[in-house]
Amino acid sequence: MTQSTPRPTARWNLIVDVALCENCNNCILATKDEYVGADFPGYSAGHARHGRSVIEITRHMRGSGHMVDVTYVPRLCNHCDDAPCIKAAPDAVRKRDDGIVVIDPVAAKGRKDLVGACPYGAIVWNEEAQLPQNWTFDAHLLDQGWTEPRCAHSCPTGVFTSVKADDAEMTRRVDAERLETIRPELKTRPRVWYKNLGRAKSHFVGGAVIGKVQGVTECIEGAEVALIADGQTLATARTDAFGDFKFDGLTRTTGDYTVRITREGFPPATAKAKAGVPTYLGELSLGG
Amino acid sequence: MDLLKLKFILFMVSQVLRSSIKKYGAVRKHIGKTRAVVQVKLRDGSLGRWYDISIDGVKSKAGLHAKPDVIVDILDVDTALAFLNPNADQAEIIHAMKNFRVLLIGPDHLAVWFAQLMNLTASAKLEYGAKMPDGSTRYTQNGNGGPTFVYVKDGKILRITPIDLDPSDAPSFVIRARGKTFSPDRRVSINPHAQTLKSMVYSDKRILYPMKRVDFDPNGARNPQNRGKSGYVRISWDEAFDMVGNEIKRQRQVYGPGALAIWHGSHHQWGNVGYYLSALLRFGNLLGFTRVHHNPDSWEGWYWGATHHYGNSMRVGVSGMYGLVEDCLKEAEMIVFWSSDPESTNGYAAGYEGTKRRLWAKDLGIEMVHIDPNFNPTAQLFGGRWIPIRPGTDPALSLAIMNVWINEGLYDKDYVANRTTGFEEWRDYVLGVEDGVPKTPEWQADETGIPAHVVRALARKWGNRKVYLGAGGPGIGFGGACRNATGTQFARNLVMMMAMQGLGKPGVNFGNLQYGTPLDPYFWFPGYAEGGISGELQWTAAAPHTYCRMPHILSMNPVQQMVPRQRLPEAIIDGYARGYPWDGFSNEAQFQAYEYPKPGYSKIHMLYRYGTSTFGTIAKSGRYIDMFRHESIDMVVNQAIWMEGDAHFADVILPACTSFERWDISEVANSGGYIHHNTHGLNHRMVMMQHKCIEPLGESKSDYDIFTGILNRMGTGAMFTEGCSDLDWARRLFMASDASKRVKWADFVKKGYYVVPPEPEAIRTPRNYGWFAEGRPKDAPEPIPMPSQWSGDFLKGLSTQSGKIEFIPNSLKRFDAVDPERNPLNRYVPSWEGPRTEALVKKFPVQMISTHSRYSFHTYGDGKDSTINDIKDHRVNVGGRLYWVMRINDEDAKARGIAHNDLIRVFNDRGSVVCAADVSPLTMRGVCKTYESSAESDFQHDPRYGLVDFGGCVNILTPDRPQTRNTDGMGSNACLVQFETWTPPEHALLRA
Repeated sequence: MTQSTPRPTARWNLIVDVALCENCNNCILATKDEYVGADFPGYSAGHARHGRSVIEITRHMRGSGHMVDVTYVPRLCNHCDDAPCIKAAPDAVRKRDDGIVVIDPVAAKGRKDLVGACPYGAIVWNEEAQLPQNWTFDAHLLDQGWTEPRCAHSCPTGVFTSVKADDAEMTRRVDAERLETIRPELKTRPRVWYKNLGRAKSHFVGGAVIGKVQGVTECIEGAEVALIADGQTLATARTDAFGDFKFDGLTRTTGDYTVRITREGFPPATAKAKAGVPTYLGELSLGG
Repeated sequence: MDLLKLKFILFMVSQVLRSSIKKYGAVRKHIGKTRAVVQVKLRDGSLGRWYDISIDGVKSKAGLHAKPDVIVDILDVDTALAFLNPNADQAEIIHAMKNFRVLLIGPDHLAVWFAQLMNLTASAKLEYGAKMPDGSTRYTQNGNGGPTFVYVKDGKILRITPIDLDPSDAPSFVIRARGKTFSPDRRVSINPHAQTLKSMVYSDKRILYPMKRVDFDPNGARNPQNRGKSGYVRISWDEAFDMVGNEIKRQRQVYGPGALAIWHGSHHQWGNVGYYLSALLRFGNLLGFTRVHHNPDSWEGWYWGATHHYGNSMRVGVSGMYGLVEDCLKEAEMIVFWSSDPESTNGYAAGYEGTKRRLWAKDLGIEMVHIDPNFNPTAQLFGGRWIPIRPGTDPALSLAIMNVWINEGLYDKDYVANRTTGFEEWRDYVLGVEDGVPKTPEWQADETGIPAHVVRALARKWGNRKVYLGAGGPGIGFGGACRNATGTQFARNLVMMMAMQGLGKPGVNFGNLQYGTPLDPYFWFPGYAEGGISGELQWTAAAPHTYCRMPHILSMNPVQQMVPRQRLPEAIIDGYARGYPWDGFSNEAQFQAYEYPKPGYSKIHMLYRYGTSTFGTIAKSGRYIDMFRHESIDMVVNQAIWMEGDAHFADVILPACTSFERWDISEVANSGGYIHHNTHGLNHRMVMMQHKCIEPLGESKSDYDIFTGILNRMGTGAMFTEGCSDLDWARRLFMASDASKRVKWADFVKKGYYVVPPEPEAIRTPRNYGWFAEGRPKDAPEPIPMPSQWSGDFLKGLSTQSGKIEFIPNSLKRFDAVDPERNPLNRYVPSWEGPRTEALVKKFPVQMISTHSRYSFHTYGDGKDSTINDIKDHRVNVGGRLYWVMRINDEDAKARGIAHNDLIRVFNDRGSVVCAADVSPLTMRGVCKTYESSAESDFQHDPRYGLVDFGGCVNILTPDRPQTRNTDGMGSNACLVQFETWTPPEHALLRA
């Protein structure tokens, strides 16, 4: 751990790359390790040993058959610049100059209402301590010179990157790396940014193309597949050695897709898929 | 002159003792309330000095004391000078003891106390730990899940974190591949079960006091029938030591040798001192015991099968791994993960060190394929084609792939001609010439559930590319499929597939980047299987290194009787068991059946159980309930840290502390023995001081001190300890190792770790089997096989009879050429509990696989009130109880009206386990997946169903049949079950 020299306007941000999350849960365990049985006055009271942690990982599964995928999304306090919890309890929750939202472990006693104040569900009720608690960004450690919170330090794949930067610099990074927030429509100006969230928010249409070659059923490699909606070809793909194709990142929620498959020497085939749900069409046979 | 020197040394001893008492709290603590007069003297009485030692100080005088408590009786002046020299040569000390030149006379507890005190006068000055800005001290530890920093404040663990290497530590390796440069993080990753350790140390499941079962009276009614039912009362350590010591003596006198059986799990706490292959074996050898012999449970099919085709018996049948990470990244075009989920099993004790390397492979565009009934975490993270396969049918798939290779010429004909034997006979079987059944993709489809065209596509892709075969989690062997009824067939076929593809050619090897980093293989530090302090030469790997380099007194178990671990209940209940050994010295050792009882020995009448839970880990484990309650067992002792599993069935419970509460020394991931250079699954080799971070909780003691306490009752405590504490032994192991040549002991203890530099790039170990493929002498730095086991010239070829990879192994031909289950010709024999056992399938249509666990390390980390239990993919809280997770297919769930996280009863004729359903499309239809190693058990008798466990011990459902006759391989993944929504009973259940 090396001491960083903060600039006056530098504030903390966290980037979460969900493509690297494999649900090992070290982030949750490290955070429990820090707070269970340990109080940090002014920052946080001890956390409950069991039950929901201030970090939660949600699982997003798509597909069926052999064409499935899973995205794990770690969720934690967003340290919003326009934080609903502060609005709900300005006397108990404060925003530090470095961007971190602190729920005061004394002033917030009994404020169960704060759990409902957070639209992200990131505030956890500690029944024993009668306290609402958030993921504090491990502010007590940052104040001691740590450069990252425990969840980032224990993550084996580098899902979490803590960034102390002024807001203009962070905005540049958000654009360059195409970072998103988890529910931008809430307009709370979160300081936690997500990378590669696409798979958790979109759908796919895929299938496996087969056909008869010299009387034997084979996977058809190199077939051209077009994804069509409203008469428009949205994308094209070629099947791989297993005959598989997959159109990913689809965000339409209504209507139908048509998939049209062509391969020299075979009659073409078409299939239909509903928009708005991840769809593995199964085996699609060229020539019936 | 010498006499004068000796007098001076004896005088100085009193001075050293006095100043140490003044200076060091540790010395004062050790002395405690003990007061003893220690007489040091020459045997002829011509010279002596006594010391009256207590916390108040040391009285000492030259001459002989009238009533000393302990006498250090020394043969002559020369011996005395060698023995008492402050810089004494350990070999000379041991030499003097072994030849009766120095005798320690007096009660063992005082003799050991004095000897340890003398050592402490030197070691108490050691400084350790780093002071941190928040007032805490940062220590180091090591464990099953990797090395850690441990922050301690006010005598309590504050936090446990991964270790960040500092700039003064050795540099990291660099690999250049396809225009890119890769080097590992300067932070050592840890597993979830390491990150949860603070919660395991401070757990309400900790056993804090010695206890005895309420209705157990060693001098009256013992009530064996109540084991597992009745409660416990607290007793003192003195009572506990007396009770155990007296019973061991009584057993010897009433029954004779062999009555005591010592029995341990495979893994508990890490360390070279406090380990089952170290202190426990030394303890057992000083008592004499019936060995409960382990089967190679993670290796199974590789040991009983693969080894006959290509050797590697000393690697328990799996392949070596040198140089594979660099070769794979540079050359391979595809990795086939077959029953291989390194993101769950992480090689062995290697944190997530392999994960980054697989991310490098993904970055390089190396394609991946996953053959598994479950879309496992490795497939989830890296992607690639998932090929779902019915459990236990893997050999059929491999046969069909080979069929395509042969028919389409997609194999290395030159390699097969020059590096293998027996291919023609094998080819004829694969093509159906031998039995009229061609093993085509169409043929396998009914077995595996994989469409024939998918198999052809895979076979062609594979046959036209340089492919790494990731077999099992480590990639070089293992895998759930090798723990199936067909596990032996599976592992054998994979070796033959690699032979057809040119094993050892660039980019063609076993592996999945979990093993084979370019680390230094020449630096020696003992792995835990290298004997530690055991002095046991036959049953550990102590002989080649530890015993040569660390002078210590040999120990031996004179009782030759053994029981196969999987058959312990039959041995006790039926009085007979037969087994086959795990013995890696040759291919033939595994053929030597053994029987219990062995002629002339007593049957077992006392069980000494050491740590962990059997119920979660051994097949058909409901058998153990009856075993524990059998009337022939007079006493069950359990030495355990947590109240769990088998501890509930003990008569006397001895509370052990965790490794955080005692001293130890070790290397990260260095098991030694079974997995030579297991360290090469890491990114940095690290020798670790396992600091005593906190005092033992409650009255718990280190394993070492518990053994000492019992042996002090037997009069062999001094022999056991050699006068040393656990810290003294740690120093002796350090001094014996290459670490002592690189760093000073005091500096090492202070910092807590030493990073071994990687092997220099210019002399990197070439890829494994490259030498074999190219017909060169072996260049892998492993002492395998033994010099006599090369069929031709030393270092040329393999340790098979022909020196080549044998498609039809000679060793199996010599053993049993007509064995229908393990025939030299590896014919496909469908699982004895699988899709082809149709009558059983009608009752129990679902195949259950119970793999190694992901978040706990077997039972380590599960239960124990640890924070692991809150992981939704590990246990699920339903109505206040944490249930074990069963992963089921969404359509199978729908057909039974089961919703996500509903409680389900998973059952077959062996019992029922109530689990929480994890409903998803990630497990194929007809299969359910869970982990094998619940530490919790809660056995109830339900009048509707019989035995029901609520803890999650799915092993009560698994079969205890060996994989094939003439082996002891377990086939736990061949398990048919049914499941349904759990309906709670109308009346409270009775404890089973």
